[in-house]
Amino acid sequence: MTENMDNNDVLNEKIPAEKFAFVQENENLHDRELQTKARGFFADAMIRFRKNKSSVAASYILLFLILFAIFAPIISRYDINDKDPMYVNYPPYVPALAKYGFLDGGRNIDSQNERSMDIWRGIAEETGLDPVNRIIGQTETKEKYRGEWRTRTTYSIEINSYYAYGIMFRNFNYDDYADLQKWQNETGIQVIYPYTDPELTNNSTNANIWYQVDSSGNAVKDKDGNFKPAYSTDTATQGAPYNSIRIKGDDGSWVYSTAKSGSVQCRICYYNYYIYQNGHEPSYLLGTNVMGNDLFCAIGLGARFSLVFAVLVSAINLSIGAVYGAVQGYYGGAIDMTLDRISDILSGVPFVVVTTLFQLHLAQKVGPVVSFLFAFVLTGWIGMAALTRKQFYRFKSQEFVMAARTLGASDWRLMFKHIFPNAIGTIITSCALVIPGVIGSETSMTYLGIIDLSSFAGTTIGKLLSQGQAAATTSPHAMLWPSVFIGLLMICFNLFGNGLRDAFNPTTRGVDD
Amino acid sequence: MFKYVLQRILYMFLVFMIITFMCFVLIRMLPLPVLPPEDKHTYQILRRREALGYNEPYLVQFWLFLKNIVTKWDWGLSEKLYFGQDVWKIFVGKLPATMIVNLYSIIWTIPVGVGLGVWAALKKNTWIDYFLSTATMVVISVPSFVYAFLVQYILCFRLHWFPFLMKGGTDYFSWDMFVSIVPPVLSLSFGVIAGFCRTTRAELTEVLTSEFMLLARTKGLTRAQATVRHALRNCFVVIVPGIFGEFIGILGGSLIIEGIFAIPGVGRLTLDAINSLDYNIFMLSTCFYTAIGLAASLVVDISYGFIDPRIRMGSKK
Repeated sequence: MTENMDNNDVLNEKIPAEKFAFVQENENLHDRELQTKARGFFADAMIRFRKNKSSVAASYILLFLILFAIFAPIISRYDINDKDPMYVNYPPYVPALAKYGFLDGGRNIDSQNERSMDIWRGIAEETGLDPVNRIIGQTETKEKYRGEWRTRTTYSIEINSYYAYGIMFRNFNYDDYADLQKWQNETGIQVIYPYTDPELTNNSTNANIWYQVDSSGNAVKDKDGNFKPAYSTDTATQGAPYNSIRIKGDDGSWVYSTAKSGSVQCRICYYNYYIYQNGHEPSYLLGTNVMGNDLFCAIGLGARFSLVFAVLVSAINLSIGAVYGAVQGYYGGAIDMTLDRISDILSGVPFVVVTTLFQLHLAQKVGPVVSFLFAFVLTGWIGMAALTRKQFYRFKSQEFVMAARTLGASDWRLMFKHIFPNAIGTIITSCALVIPGVIGSETSMTYLGIIDLSSFAGTTIGKLLSQGQAAATTSPHAMLWPSVFIGLLMICFNLFGNGLRDAFNPTTRGVDD
Repeated sequence: MFKYVLQRILYMFLVFMIITFMCFVLIRMLPLPVLPPEDKHTYQILRRREALGYNEPYLVQFWLFLKNIVTKWDWGLSEKLYFGQDVWKIFVGKLPATMIVNLYSIIWTIPVGVGLGVWAALKKNTWIDYFLSTATMVVISVPSFVYAFLVQYILCFRLHWFPFLMKGGTDYFSWDMFVSIVPPVLSLSFGVIAGFCRTTRAELTEVLTSEFMLLARTKGLTRAQATVRHALRNCFVVIVPGIFGEFIGILGGSLIIEGIFAIPGVGRLTLDAINSLDYNIFMLSTCFYTAIGLAASLVVDISYGFIDPRIRMGSKK
């Protein structure tokens, strides 16, 4: 109420004339200079692109994936030809992190009875590399054995797969055996372990049994529950002289090998033997695949191929489609009809059939990659051509084209100097959506095994996936990581492409501002 | 309208014949498989090759090939995979498995997909819409073998809910069979649901903002009435042809899913034929997939005309 009264007072108030002054006294009146900067088409598009948070996030992830593809095979200690015959389909393992219970090559196994627990314990005691990460649970069952009840305990445990091989028998020729001993002396890492006496181990074929077992295969323990060693001291069976470091408790009488025809058989600790062969401990950030490859490196290589191939295919299809669509859209009429029928026919052929036929006819002559490229190019440009054609129909009857024609511009000049630049935004952005399509088809085809590009590319994501699928239950990581990679790549490419398309589409301009 | 449909069908047939001819020639140009000697089927196949004019020009071969199909519905004998058996019989035997898996998938995915799309469109610019749109985007992008892996690992291996592979046998409507079909059906469904959700949402949001919706509201319809009677009907103009296309697609199946879940279907047969270079099966598969692709696009195009009175293609008025 008081405000109203005040307002009324203002209206009625009399202000003396000398209190008034000109706002712009002694100033030149002219238009202000423009304070804002001129904003080009691309700058404008970029601003709108940045507003789309999911696309921005996707582009950062995409950048990361591309960097991964470039650098992973370089960073990795392994290359695609490093195939370990034993460590196949093994879970992720990094020695430096393993002691914190992280990337420790863990794999769960259940129903381990006392005897198998003894083997795990034996490996741990003999080599010092304890394969049991943790005991997850144990179940006790009562059963009647020779008339009396007794409890049997079975354990489910998590083992470190890389240690779990423990000791294995292996044959060496005399030179390799001497080299191995020399290496042992230099590094102090025990690879060769004393040979066991078959009589004391009940002729076990399991190299991990270094302790005495009874006739039914159970460990013979002393009264403190310790194992009794079953190492051989029979120098007559020794394969070759041993002049290297000996394990603890050896008084020099234990024999480290046995004679086989022309070679020496001994017990080696595979983990340490791996170090001997590769110069470092096994370290697989994403685990290994069925070929014994490092997945980290393999995914990087496959991704490299996929990306380069997809960009190449998109570029070729873009060029062909643009010219084809330009001719269609510009000339129209009978030419348009004829060209349209051709693309109708080509687009009707199923892609699997195209790939297979090209593969059968051309792969011998030009290699599988080129024939695969041809298969993509044969039908891939059709979408691009349709897009360009539509844009040409939109622009060709506009005044600026007519003006250029009146000035005597040739058809070719009209098409690519005057009309095409107007359509280029749409065409480029649709390219960002073509790339994931190509990657998807490429992965499917290599997954199905219709085409095998590993001789050229080392490996492909599709191949890794199909290799992983074969052992998906026992070692899911071999399927998981390629899946994660391809899934992330496709999602990010699509989000990025959608964002780009919206940003470059002038009709959405100002809608959400 | 009738004339237009007839024209389209004839044109499609022409395209089909050209594609078939191209593939036929390309397949016949390949070196013939080596047949096992001294087998009764070998003599039969050799005699058939003679009769089919394997040494004549390709046009003559194609003519004989067509003549055999038209007069006797004879697609040839398998020369590798199912040695000496009739290709068509093998093929027909594989169809039910493919169809049953895809049928189950479609039956539940279309209502769910369309329903989610409608929901997202009605709740436009709320968190439901954002969530559904993002999820749709993500689901569409991820290839089907990733779903197959997840379904197989989590539901079949970890939780033991379903068997790993599809049950053998031909009792397609038994309970055991149904349970064993669930994993492939699920793997196929994600993409279809997301696809329908996206189309429906896009179409319905556009319709909802159009002026006749405003008119419907001003003349006193409630929001629900206006949406069901006007908006949904209009958006089905786009969705229904998609559903028709999808139904034709169920014949085709999926090479990948059939491979992973050991479905004895057409896709797997095609893949096996490719890997073992059984040309006659491959030829039949090629014709089959081409025909399905063309038929789907034909049905989609024509159904637009039937459903939407605004589009009466081919009518001169």
